[in-house]
Amino acid sequence: MASTSIQVAESPLVLFTLQRADDALVLGHRLSEWCGHAPSPEEDVALANMGLDLLGQARSLYAYAAQAEGAGHDEDHLAYLRDAPQYRNLLLLEQPNGDFAHTIARQFFYAAFIDPWWRAMCASTDPTLAAIAAKAEKETAYHLRHSAEWMIRLGDGTAESARRAQAAVDALWPYTGEMFTPPDPALLAAGNVIDPETLRASYDVTVAAVLDEATLARPAGTWMHKGGRQGRHTEHLGLLLAEMQHLQRTYPGATW
Amino acid sequence: MTEQKTPLWEVFIRSRNGLAHKHAGSVHAADATMALQAARDVYTRRGEGLSLWVVPSNAITASDPADKGMMFEPTASKIYRHPTFYEVPDEVGHM
Repeated sequence: MASTSIQVAESPLVLFTLQRADDALVLGHRLSEWCGHAPSPEEDVALANMGLDLLGQARSLYAYAAQAEGAGHDEDHLAYLRDAPQYRNLLLLEQPNGDFAHTIARQFFYAAFIDPWWRAMCASTDPTLAAIAAKAEKETAYHLRHSAEWMIRLGDGTAESARRAQAAVDALWPYTGEMFTPPDPALLAAGNVIDPETLRASYDVTVAAVLDEATLARPAGTWMHKGGRQGRHTEHLGLLLAEMQHLQRTYPGATW
Repeated sequence: MTEQKTPLWEVFIRSRNGLAHKHAGSVHAADATMALQAARDVYTRRGEGLSLWVVPSNAITASDPADKGMMFEPTASKIYRHPTFYEVPDEVGHM
């Protein structure tokens, strides 16, 4: 890698915004990997659309993080010039696409959490975060609907699709707990952010209802991976970033 | 994926209030719910619509191209069916 990484001064607000930006970018990148490879042309476009929604969210969040940091960085610096240990995304979202069932299950778990989360964030006392939330919640509402409908059809489909869907649910389940990581107490007290714990009951209802209709078993495990928010990632993120950052690292500042 | 066995749906989009739904194309989907989502994803990416219809392609009864002469040619000689033959009084204004 030809260029050095930037160092970001992570105030609570910068860190919070980076976490959400990294979530959106990493999952958006994963979805973009399907482009040209999805099971049908219709789903190819559907996955790319969701990826672009997430990329748009990431850009708004990175721009705000850069502004909040005030160190002269921009959204491209934050996306392209940080290494894996500096990324703050959820481990769930960096998991490889796997088969279509893995991709849909990953999307469903995330959407079931993030859609009500963004809706609640519309009431943030931080006007920029509230504005980003107002745009994002319409996008994530569709992500939830689309991924939930697929979960139901894969789970309640053929023996093969049910087996794959259950395998995906079982594999990703231990990564879902990290979504409920408590926020920074000062940001919470100021009303800038919400406590994800307040969403747990409705999240559980959504997940249980969809898995039930999909005739899929809800895993019983309660042990959950964590570490993404602190930069302790699975081996998959480094490979993702190597591909995503390759051009900017090799030819710093290159433009189309 | 078994494309051959996945039903085909015709997609109709209404671009604005007050206009009719217009045929936009078709999608493959297993059922109506997924067809509507596929139509949204494929045909409304650039703000094309406010409302979508999907209709199973096999529910459409089409005229036979071989009947073209019988079906459509007789109208060609009946130009009086166009309203251009009527004088519109000035007081009516723009129609």
